Amino acid sequence: MEKTIKKVTGAEAVVLSLLEEGVEKVFGYPGGAIMPVYDEFYKYRDRIKHILVRHEQGATHAAQGEARVKNKTGVAIATSGPGATNLITGIADAQIDSTPMVCITGQVPSHLLGTDAFQETDIIGISSPVVKWSFQVTKAEEIPWAIAKAFYIANSGRPGPVLIDITKDAQFSEFDFEYKKCDFVRSYNPTVEVSLDQVKDAAQAINSAKKPMMIVGHGVLLGDAQKEVLKVVEKAKIPVVNTWLGASAFPTQHELFKGMVGMHGSYAPNLLTNECDVLIAVGMRFDDRVTGDLSRYASQAKVVHFELDFSEINKNVKADYPVLGNCKESLIALDPMIIESDGRDEWFSRWDELEQKEDEIVVQPDVNPAEGSIRMAEVVRRLSEITEGQAIIVTDVGQHQMITARYYQFMDTNTNVTSGGLGTMGFGLPAAIGAKVARPEKEVVAIIGDGGFQMTLQELGVIMQEKIPVKILILNNEFLGMVRQWQQLFFDKRYAETVIESPSFVKLADAYGIKGKSISERGDLMGALTEMLDSKESFLLEVMVEKEGNVFPMVPAGASVAECRLK
Amino acid sequence: MSADNIERFTISVYAENHIGLAGRLMQIFTRRKINIDSLTTSESEIEGIYRFTIVIHVTEDQVVKVVNQIKKIVDVMTAFFFSEDEIVYQEIALYKIKSSTLLGSNVEMVVRKNAARILYVDQEFTVIEKTGHKEETQELFDKLKPFGILEFVRSGRVAIARPMPNLHSWLEEVGLTDKFLVNPKK
Repeated sequence: MEKTIKKVTGAEAVVLSLLEEGVEKVFGYPGGAIMPVYDEFYKYRDRIKHILVRHEQGATHAAQGEARVKNKTGVAIATSGPGATNLITGIADAQIDSTPMVCITGQVPSHLLGTDAFQETDIIGISSPVVKWSFQVTKAEEIPWAIAKAFYIANSGRPGPVLIDITKDAQFSEFDFEYKKCDFVRSYNPTVEVSLDQVKDAAQAINSAKKPMMIVGHGVLLGDAQKEVLKVVEKAKIPVVNTWLGASAFPTQHELFKGMVGMHGSYAPNLLTNECDVLIAVGMRFDDRVTGDLSRYASQAKVVHFELDFSEINKNVKADYPVLGNCKESLIALDPMIIESDGRDEWFSRWDELEQKEDEIVVQPDVNPAEGSIRMAEVVRRLSEITEGQAIIVTDVGQHQMITARYYQFMDTNTNVTSGGLGTMGFGLPAAIGAKVARPEKEVVAIIGDGGFQMTLQELGVIMQEKIPVKILILNNEFLGMVRQWQQLFFDKRYAETVIESPSFVKLADAYGIKGKSISERGDLMGALTEMLDSKESFLLEVMVEKEGNVFPMVPAGASVAECRLK
Repeated sequence: MSADNIERFTISVYAENHIGLAGRLMQIFTRRKINIDSLTTSESEIEGIYRFTIVIHVTEDQVVKVVNQIKKIVDVMTAFFFSEDEIVYQEIALYKIKSSTLLGSNVEMVVRKNAARILYVDQEFTVIEKTGHKEETQELFDKLKPFGILEFVRSGRVAIARPMPNLHSWLEEVGLTDKFLVNPKK
């Protein structure tokens, strides 16, 4: 649209701009400095849905949840001062996990900037290290331009969070509104032309490999390159593993799929990282949780790195064959150059051998324990079986998260919502709300620990008020389990402040009008999971699990991936 | 990071002159605990595009990564780094002394011999200006010290790359020359 609407207030321009960007839902919390915009949300309530969270952090995580299941920019709104600072954790989370999000904050009137006015905080300054871009609007005329640029930057190139701070006077003053979508910023070059020479070199390396492996990262989901990955690996017969954020990019039941790399990844992927001859990394950044000790990481292998962000190439691991660009385009170019492989029996039997070892020592006792308390792993595996790997799984942070990474068998794409890079406890519940709101047709299950749940449980209020049928599965071990595990293994079992008491989660759910159930017997597990999934409304299921269960395999911090421990 | 691989690098950043940009640039260094030896900024040869000249002491590996992070900032056009032998550079220093010390001393000779000049004189104070590399402005400082220096200030480095790359060749390479030679849209 380029027609002009006469005499529009800045506040109305905010809502009109959001509509121009195709925004249907926003998450937010009102307050003094953003009130004019809220007045417009009221007027436009038929065209744009505002969902009231209970804490601004919840708005960011909900926006992230929406973004992650739809590859669409999520929107979070807050007032100035504390409203704005409460967004920071979610912004930092979105930055490190490359999640497109636009945050809009109110700000004190421009003549009060820098005077320590009521609820004034320098949110541009505070957020600056963790945003992809930010801008402070002090004139109404700047609003359409700033919002258009925000949406363009947030969801182009490597996505990330953008913050627009709008002074109250700019919300009140009037101007002639005109909207033009942004598709160019002269200092910003998000698209890279794939170099055929780089692709050729990569193809040659892959074709000459005897023992290749491919690591699939978040970039495959962001770049929508799932099919292209599948085509290449099926042709070249390459074992595929994923990073945690890459989960759901590759079907876990595929014969080439071999699990996850990293600190709590599987045994074979970690060990064979240090045995493969060509390591093909697609849309991933060699995070320290993936690599362990860098100096002893894949040093025998030639590394092929498909990556959109030039600053990630050679940042942690030296790429012998870098391919810069969108991985979908790169893989499309690569595909015809790949020579069909007739199988790599010896190499695959090495994978099988290690996989069997892990299955015996870790997986079977984890998912099919004969006695003792319920184990987290069996809960997740039963959930995976009942949902046939089709649900959207939202996790919080800790043991339950790593167990989910290991045992939920993702079969549908863009269904893994988690806080990977930042490791934000409290992410799960609000992110699940965002995911369910974005994809109401999908089953959304939030798997959360007893610790993380208590960081953002106020968002149950949103589920109550908006009647969002999110399923909540609390795995309660009465500990801050992951830290406790480290205390057990590395701090001589000194359980400093990891014993945590919880309220009755079922009564709490009841207080919010949410159905709930708590179980502690193995015999009740299938019935309870089915009841939760069959519920048309939100349902909270608490499973009392083994108190001192540990997540294995484990690459201890600072160790090499080859030193992955099975117990 | 082994100390013997540390070198002095000069980074040239070309960026939009947007509010907060300097802060964002600084965060790249703060986050990695890298100290900035000097920082100078001015408008470049292209209208609206500012040039930041930043001098740091790091390893080559570090400077590559830091420059990549700088280039990632949305408001930054591009950035280059140079080792000492790839650039021509200067700094300027000002020295304030009491005018009375000029009388009956060889201050004027020191000034002349060091290719400096007297910039300003009044009854009370005299300001001397010297352009050169840090070693040269420091040498004059040491020579003037016995006469009593009341104030001293040295600028950051301004530097020009000897061969290339520069902003113009980069613009040609990425095919953006036209976009930059027009005025910024906003």
